[in-house]
Amino acid sequence: MANDHTHVDSVTGTTTTGHEWDGIRELNTPLPRWWLWLFYLTIIWAVGYWVVYPAWPLISSFTQGAFGWHSRDAVVTDLKELTSLRAPMTEKLAATALPDIKANQDLADFTYAQGRAAFRENCGACHGAGGGGAKGYPNLNDNDWLWGGTIEQIEQTITFGIRSGHAKARESQMPAFGKDNILKSNEIISVANYVRSIAGLSTRTGVDLKAGAKIFADNCAVCHGPEGKGNRELGAPNLTDGIWLFGSDEATIIDVIANARGGVMPAWTGRLDPVTIKALAYYVHSLGGGEK
Amino acid sequence: MSVTAVPGKSMTLGEGGTAFAFAILAFLSLIIAAKAYTPEYAFHAYLFTAGSAAAVFAIVNRYFDRPAEPAPLFIDGKPNYNMGPVKFATVAAMFWGIAGFTVGLYIALELAFPFLNLDLPWISFGRLRPLHTSAVIFAFGGNVLLGTSFYVVQRTCRARLVGDIAPWFVILGYNFFILIAGTGYLLGITQSKEYAEPEWYADLWLTIVWVTYFLVFMGTIMRRTEPHIYVANWFYLAFILTIAVLHLGNNAAVPVSLFSAKSYIVWSGVQDAMVQWWYGHNAVGFFLTAGFLAIMYYFIPKRAERPVYSYRLSIIHFWALIFLYIWAGPHHLHYTALPDWAQTLGMTFSIMLWMPSWGGMINGLMTLSGAWDKLRTDPVLRMMVVSVAFYGMATFEGPVMSVKSVNSLSHYTDWTIGHVHSGALGWVGYISFGAIYCLVPWLWNRPLYSLKLVNWHFWISTIGIVLYISAMWVSGILQGLMWRAYTSLGFLEYSFIETVEAMHPFYVIRAMGGALFLLGALLMVWNLWQTVHSKEAAVAAAAPTLVPAE
Repeated sequence: MANDHTHVDSVTGTTTTGHEWDGIRELNTPLPRWWLWLFYLTIIWAVGYWVVYPAWPLISSFTQGAFGWHSRDAVVTDLKELTSLRAPMTEKLAATALPDIKANQDLADFTYAQGRAAFRENCGACHGAGGGGAKGYPNLNDNDWLWGGTIEQIEQTITFGIRSGHAKARESQMPAFGKDNILKSNEIISVANYVRSIAGLSTRTGVDLKAGAKIFADNCAVCHGPEGKGNRELGAPNLTDGIWLFGSDEATIIDVIANARGGVMPAWTGRLDPVTIKALAYYVHSLGGGEK
Repeated sequence: MSVTAVPGKSMTLGEGGTAFAFAILAFLSLIIAAKAYTPEYAFHAYLFTAGSAAAVFAIVNRYFDRPAEPAPLFIDGKPNYNMGPVKFATVAAMFWGIAGFTVGLYIALELAFPFLNLDLPWISFGRLRPLHTSAVIFAFGGNVLLGTSFYVVQRTCRARLVGDIAPWFVILGYNFFILIAGTGYLLGITQSKEYAEPEWYADLWLTIVWVTYFLVFMGTIMRRTEPHIYVANWFYLAFILTIAVLHLGNNAAVPVSLFSAKSYIVWSGVQDAMVQWWYGHNAVGFFLTAGFLAIMYYFIPKRAERPVYSYRLSIIHFWALIFLYIWAGPHHLHYTALPDWAQTLGMTFSIMLWMPSWGGMINGLMTLSGAWDKLRTDPVLRMMVVSVAFYGMATFEGPVMSVKSVNSLSHYTDWTIGHVHSGALGWVGYISFGAIYCLVPWLWNRPLYSLKLVNWHFWISTIGIVLYISAMWVSGILQGLMWRAYTSLGFLEYSFIETVEAMHPFYVIRAMGGALFLLGALLMVWNLWQTVHSKEAAVAAAAPTLVPAE
């Protein structure tokens, strides 16, 4: 390389290439051996890897690798391993009726663990990872149930959902009393205050609660019951228990009466297998409010 | 070649042609603004109108102010370097750097304390994140690359930059692209490709700017009065050329209409993913590695006043790096729909890339042999040497993370963020800071205001980087382990939200690291400001154009 005039760097004793750019020279140091050998080693390793695993594209296929390894098969193997680990308990769970799970402690633990994992993956987004609920999404830890709190009722709700579009979904629809011009706005205000009064909440002064009571009896009692205790056949909430899905302030109640609510829960059949749904029902039932 | 005749001087074809082209663009973008489907797009069209009109005005104004003859290539036998565009890019780099670091700190805080998005769409994480990445990579890093490449190519070729308006067009046009891209993110304009978010019209504009950049750089190399091309220029050229190819390939899109910001990418499905990461990884390889290695190859030997360690190593590792890097993209798509064979190639080429990457580190560090004592006294050199050390660490960590079994743990976790930032803050950030600490005194011809402040900058930001990357390592590995944890009964141990909760302390530490890094950069701005405005000025402050650097 030293074509111009060879120059020796006094510090290292190495010659330079003889070129200089803006005061910068380059030494003729050979390639560090460890660097070169490590580089060769990585190349050899890569070639070895190509022999073992699928690596190079061909015209309509690719080199398959010495042992026929494919990531799709690897996933299948992994899943099989997991399934076979769970298999004995899963079979037992499939064969056991929901109310009988409790009797077998091992099975109960397994079912609870499966339900807990499935709940947090699938249900937690709306109901919260601990089942505490959120505005518009019921708390599953208390004993207030819209559609019933026995283990079978919970299983049915999970399987087919609520207003989910599934043929067997739990269905009901509250009328939009304001939007559909069933009640006038002053009537809605009085019935909203009446609802607050039966829940033991304060009412706006000057509102005719007697008129509200009459409107309630004529329009609401059919679903929510004459005393406002609700009706689980229709998913109509108990209005007297101090538990509110959307809020208890006057404005929220007026909004609910005027525009109606109709929360949707998806049907999980087809998305989760029956054993997982069973485990979910068991888990939710065990959260605290499960009924016999 | 005259378009307009003025006594004593005439407008060059370049001046007249560019002004004419800008006049047409101003008119065209005004029409687009009037007919745009969305106000956001109309806003961008108006920006184009304003920018083009300003360009016409600037060119004509400059024509009346300039001497009759074009700037001489040599004055008294010394090259008449064109350092105006370099100065602009240097200032722009610091401006965008501070902006980008600040946005980065804000989104780090948003991750730790989500209420900080204040329910405003413009400052939600999804919009600020590309603003941060583009501001630091393309605005800060890009201006550093543009500025230093124009500086280095002139000095090492002993030749004035080719073109009269062209170098200014490159620098200002590039910064205009940044403006369009950044405001677009805030307004919600994106084509949703990571690191290539700007829409079709911004991409087209960048293409014109970038081709001009290539021509100016290439032309200057061809005009050189040195017999050989210096290694830094190989790296710059590889960076410019490859980025052009990547940009065109990954942004091949069909706009919905001339009057709409929206476009559709021509690639679909897994092909689109593959093209995206071929682009994405080589943006790292050629923008953030090759480009900044070019900076390293000039500024480290220059500052250390030592010859480059090994010419042979520079050749071998250059070609090995160029050849191997371009294959490594598929390692971003391990365990996806990408065919196994492509994943294998991506991974194996990443492993083979290890030594070629380290070639640059060896050449950078070993250039110090005989000058190690300078690290004690010169914090600027120390910054650049530590930068090379971070480069070595990140280019070892990268191949490790590309191994599929490691990747199955690290992918989609904060480990990736930590890896990127050890490269970004440590390598790209420090080599850029070092180069700018060198450049500003050289360009403005006065001594650096305070080496002591550089020392403070170095230590504050080093602590920041260490906090940042160690928090992300712990957080990332924890996250990966929690995602894959199974109970003895065979069910997932943790819900996703629990893994998010577990990240919180590390997100706070990361934000603290980012704050320290920003603080260091602010010290730097103060230091440079004082340097440029120092009374010790050896030479009177020069006009922003045509400054001989010697």
